[in-house]
Amino acid sequence: MSGHATFEPKNPALKWFESRLPLVGLLHSSFVAYPTPRNLNYWWTFGGILSLMLVCQILSGVVLVMHYTPHVTLAFDSVEHIMRDVSYGWLLRYIHANGASMFFIAVYIHMFRGLYYGSYKAPREVLWILGVIIYLLMMATGFMGYVLPWGQMSFWGATVITNLFSAFPVVGPTIVEWLWGGFAVDNPTLNRFFSLHYLLPFMIAGVVILHVWALHVVGQNNPTGVEPKTPKDTVPFTPYATIKDGFAMVCFLLFFAWFVFYIPNYLGHADNYIPANPLVTPAHIVPEWYYLPFYAMLRSVPDKLGGVLTMFGAIIVLFFVPWLDTSKVRSAAYRPLFRQFFWIWVAVCIGLGWLGSKPAEGGYVIAGRILTIWYFAHFLIILPLLGLFEKPRQVPASITEAVLGKTKSA
Amino acid sequence: MNMRFASLRSLSFGVVTAVAMLAAAPAAFAQEGHGAPKPHRESWTFAGPFGKFDRAQVQRGFQVFREVCSSCHAAHLFAFRNLAQPGGPEFSEAQAKTVAEAYKVQDGPNDAGDMFERPGRLSDHWPSPFPNEQAARASNGGAYPPDFSVLAKARTYEVGFPGFLIDIVRQYQEQGPDYIHALLNGYKDAPEGVTVPEGAYYNEYFPGHAIKMPPPLSADQVTYTDGTPQTVDQYSRDVTAFMMWLAEPHLEERKRIGFQVMIFLIVFAGLLYFTKKKVWKSVH
Repeated sequence: MSGHATFEPKNPALKWFESRLPLVGLLHSSFVAYPTPRNLNYWWTFGGILSLMLVCQILSGVVLVMHYTPHVTLAFDSVEHIMRDVSYGWLLRYIHANGASMFFIAVYIHMFRGLYYGSYKAPREVLWILGVIIYLLMMATGFMGYVLPWGQMSFWGATVITNLFSAFPVVGPTIVEWLWGGFAVDNPTLNRFFSLHYLLPFMIAGVVILHVWALHVVGQNNPTGVEPKTPKDTVPFTPYATIKDGFAMVCFLLFFAWFVFYIPNYLGHADNYIPANPLVTPAHIVPEWYYLPFYAMLRSVPDKLGGVLTMFGAIIVLFFVPWLDTSKVRSAAYRPLFRQFFWIWVAVCIGLGWLGSKPAEGGYVIAGRILTIWYFAHFLIILPLLGLFEKPRQVPASITEAVLGKTKSA
Repeated sequence: MNMRFASLRSLSFGVVTAVAMLAAAPAAFAQEGHGAPKPHRESWTFAGPFGKFDRAQVQRGFQVFREVCSSCHAAHLFAFRNLAQPGGPEFSEAQAKTVAEAYKVQDGPNDAGDMFERPGRLSDHWPSPFPNEQAARASNGGAYPPDFSVLAKARTYEVGFPGFLIDIVRQYQEQGPDYIHALLNGYKDAPEGVTVPEGAYYNEYFPGHAIKMPPPLSADQVTYTDGTPQTVDQYSRDVTAFMMWLAEPHLEERKRIGFQVMIFLIVFAGLLYFTKKKVWKSVH
């Protein structure tokens, strides 16, 4: 499956270099000659979009750091200094702040696509697990980044989230003090979050390289879930995937630009334009939208430790999906029952996200509990049982057959 | 977190499925809301994709700020030079200098090691009315008049479903100005049965309704030289526009560049689309 190095340099200087370090050949086999299934739809373009967003976040972030001051008395004003006095500082900051949300929108679509088409199944388990690790690192990075402007939500979000660790028996309080670097969220906390917020994206980049490597070993899944069998089933990455990814990226940038230039504060909280004040608690402490489903689960459990374990469990369970799904058929396109349960699960996730933004009282908590149970039941009960009881539809013999059959009927 | 768990109440909803739960949600949760009406959506000149500040309005708003608000509210990120920069009130540099020179600013230490006072310069920031928060509270019945620098972006109200989705398409992001305008016009006699604490005033739009700020604006309080009506409503609109500019001084530039970026991306996407079609023609 992996693209063999068909790259043969003609230029003598390049030949000399290539025989010592076959770097260009590696890039050639990875991004030019690499065979990609011919039937990929646009849901498969989000991998490229995510790479673009990672680069965008790192570049804008590196420049922002040149103007930002990680100190509790200066952080808020230094961000405003960027907004007001740094040339195009407002653009950099809005790109970076909204870019985080765009990164998560893209990663959620990417993950839902993987779950729908069974991209986590053998032989792609390691590929999937590396993806979940990237997602975890993204969550940590996003959370610590939101703390840096040192507004009210920054401070209180950091307080609530770090306090979660105090739920663990015996070691809890020690862990929390260790995270804070003191006895409350304060300057040492801000400093270490800043340091880690700068470090983690490069770790993400490292795991992304492993993710792409694993992908190029096992090859891409595709909407039929049938492995490519003949050369007719695939097309070379360049020009086919490059041009398609490029078009999708520009469409995604249009969506991104809509937020950056016209509603740059839509995805943030107004409260974060109030400087952090340890003496005043905001009426509703709400995390960024991309954590809301987990926040809803946390608050659904009437026990602090139970809530924390539930919240982390919601992500941990993703690591085991390759083995929880017992079906031999990959793609939901040929699994009528799974397809319905998949969309119910998507609705459950969106419902949890909505509940996470609401106060934890009355009917919201009841609804949160029902949806939390469903979230876990989907992975722990529905996925294993579906594989045993579902009657999948006939899977096409090959990608080419599926594609040609479709064009004929269309 | 503990306080949140403490407030859990159990309601008997009977047996409902998760899906039915979601469908019935709006009715089931109707009891929410804390009694404050939603501020009315005003039509701001700076709203929408081509929004711009009305220079005359922001200049009038600055006048209201200087003559009324700034006696209690600071604006520490506001520099005198901002008055002359593009995209705001756009006073001339000479006018901005005149404004600055009317204020005494502490500088120093000089060669003798002493602090001294001098007239303000363009590079100085707006002098705060109080030396610190405690002094501000002591003079204002215990309440801290919030800093104006980014206040217009620090206030909002809940839009609810589906309005919050429609706002993405409509590009509506003026909740802060709506709220400030509503608050400035929201002083009323307390309804029957509601007692307002000593030193507070009833305001329809303030969370909890008891606000320590006395009604700040009254008709004919500020003398406009351009014939604009001198009403509370007009003053509040003008000062809100000024506050929005103060909170987002590059708003006009942002929207202007945004339009150029959108046009570029749309054309680029179109070109890529047709290139993609051509490349893939042989495969399909």
